[in-house]
Amino acid sequence: MINIKNLAVSVEDKEIIKNLNLEINSGEVHAIMGPNGSGKSTLSYALSGKDGYEAKGEINYNGENILDLNTEERAQKGIFLAFQYPIEIPGVFTNNFLRTSVNAVKKSKGEKEINAVEFLSLVKEKSQKLKIDKEMLSRPLNVGFSGGEKKRNEILQMSLLEPNFVIMDETDSGLDIDALKVVSNGVNAMRSPKRSFLIITHYQRLLNYIKPDYVHVFANGKIVQSGDWKLALELENDGYAKFLN
Amino acid sequence: MSASDEIIQKYQDGAEYDHGFVTDIDTIEVPKGLSEETIKFISNQKKEPKWMLEWRLNAYNRLQKMKEPNWQKPKYPKIDYQELYYYSAPKSFKDGPKSLDEIDPEIKKTYDKLGIPLEEQKRLSGVAVDAVFDSVSVATTFKDKLKDIGVIFCSISEATREHPELVKKYLGSVIPVTDHFFATLNSAVFTDGSFVYIPPGVRCPMELSTYFRINAQNTGQFERTLIIADKNSYVSYLEGCTAPMRDENQLHAANVELIALEGAEIKYSTVQNWYPGDKEGKGGIYNFVTKRGDCRGNNSKISWTQVETGSAITWKYPSCILRGDNSQGEFYSVAITNNYQKADTGTKMIHLGKNTKSKIISKGISAGHADNTYRGLVSVHPKATGSKNFTQCDSLLVGNKCGAHTVPYIENKNSSSEVEHEATTSKISDDQLFYCRQRGLNQEEAVSLIVNGFCKEVLQQLPMEFAVEAQKLVGISLEGSVG
Repeated sequence: MINIKNLAVSVEDKEIIKNLNLEINSGEVHAIMGPNGSGKSTLSYALSGKDGYEAKGEINYNGENILDLNTEERAQKGIFLAFQYPIEIPGVFTNNFLRTSVNAVKKSKGEKEINAVEFLSLVKEKSQKLKIDKEMLSRPLNVGFSGGEKKRNEILQMSLLEPNFVIMDETDSGLDIDALKVVSNGVNAMRSPKRSFLIITHYQRLLNYIKPDYVHVFANGKIVQSGDWKLALELENDGYAKFLN
Repeated sequence: MSASDEIIQKYQDGAEYDHGFVTDIDTIEVPKGLSEETIKFISNQKKEPKWMLEWRLNAYNRLQKMKEPNWQKPKYPKIDYQELYYYSAPKSFKDGPKSLDEIDPEIKKTYDKLGIPLEEQKRLSGVAVDAVFDSVSVATTFKDKLKDIGVIFCSISEATREHPELVKKYLGSVIPVTDHFFATLNSAVFTDGSFVYIPPGVRCPMELSTYFRINAQNTGQFERTLIIADKNSYVSYLEGCTAPMRDENQLHAANVELIALEGAEIKYSTVQNWYPGDKEGKGGIYNFVTKRGDCRGNNSKISWTQVETGSAITWKYPSCILRGDNSQGEFYSVAITNNYQKADTGTKMIHLGKNTKSKIISKGISAGHADNTYRGLVSVHPKATGSKNFTQCDSLLVGNKCGAHTVPYIENKNSSSEVEHEATTSKISDDQLFYCRQRGLNQEEAVSLIVNGFCKEVLQQLPMEFAVEAQKLVGISLEGSVG
């Protein structure tokens, strides 16, 4: 699914990620754990193609190097980033935003766009499954949403867009236990042999709910150790200190 | 093709202004310049009664002693009024079309291209259209149907002939002949526009609409619209405007007067899409318009909604004089300026009657090198006790080279009235764009979505049939404004 080779990422001429190699196969869930400032969010922006993130090397996605594709082209190909801090857009109703987004992706694939009525029943079904209050949909996008609501909204968007590759950038930060369950249930429900996840987090806590296939320790812009799920437990006990030198 | 497809297509074609074509027809033009002869010629062409000509000449005489105002923010090169044409009409209309069948097929085609088919059977149900081509009204649809319920909807020229008592009584009663330079100029040389009279107690069953088109070169368009809503009546009126792309600037100086008698309500909506000039700021319409409504009777209401996306310079303040007790004035505005466009627009709410209310919602959007000013006056007079105003002025900046200014004047001369003013300025952030694009929207779609959200409150005020059009227009006007 994703094969990252010798990836280096600079922001304003400062190199943040150096020589990163990572392969994620279809159906796999990888977790990246690391301390603050290790370049985890930079990785998520580089993968989704944010302007200002100068990347060198290769990001092969289903066999195609997507380094030169812009943000929306990558999104339309099924790369989804669940934001650490979802952005507020005043005046734009969540419902309308979601439908515009779903249709933009459909259109890029040459599929028929979905009308307002069809969309409403789809979104109703998805939000019920995720135990998300529909009321949220008739408010401006993320404006005045609590931290938990914003993250639920990200999960709802993910389930509507049905991406192939999902990057979750510290989705667990600021969530109470209930919201954490909603988020992780949403992710677990979407796990499939055709879909891969890259979960970026500080804490092992989320990984109790979403069990990853692989765990990587990220420090100073590169992966310093990889292992299975047990590595996360180790980190929880020992901290990151031993990886920082 | 979906709306966003169209936007992309247009963007790729580089054809940002969609209505820039010229219709090739023979026209009658007056000799150049502003003079008594020109005015007599216009009056004669319109077969006006003598009192109308005298009215015009009086305005012309007063104009000689007046100076062009110069306090506005957008400055423009001096206009040589002797170099302008004041009348232009398709030759085939010398005597005016008697019915829709008589309209020059070329003009019909023009309106079809603009999406304003004149044939009644093709009309959106419930919208009657008066189409003004350069200086003459070419067609008024649904006239007979309206006549049955006593509604008069015709060109102002026809009204001076057919309904002189109404025109005499109300013309210039809201905007006095000597109000200011452009209003006086208009009073002297106005060519055509719409006339509407709604009889007492009648709720006009359809949207009335006028479509203005400037076609001829070096021609000023001086339209005059007069709408009278008699006691307890209601009317909703919409005007739309376009012009061909031309390198020189063209002047549009209209006067619009609204009169709402006791218990009456007038809703006036404008979608202004005059040619804005090219990307370097060459050409475009000078849209210097005087629009004023008079809530003359108690419990009357006038509501202005404007979506201003075109013109090189937009300079207008649709206003309400709240004369009757308990009368209400509203002003909803979206003004979009891109490239080198400039706008200085807002409203005046003059509270004279007791317990009068006014509401101002203004959304200014600047992109490119454009400059957008909200200028408004809320004046509560000593006798207007218990009055209320609420004003909200929001500005949105797209990019780093544009400007937004807010100039509110507030006067409250009694202690029982309340005036509220809120203002915000924000910028479309890179993070907002990134968020939208990560969800699959391209840059143009993202800007259009964010801007439409920003001005939703105003767009919602438009009649349904036009709200969708306006939304598309908002997107198109901002093409190429980011990145």
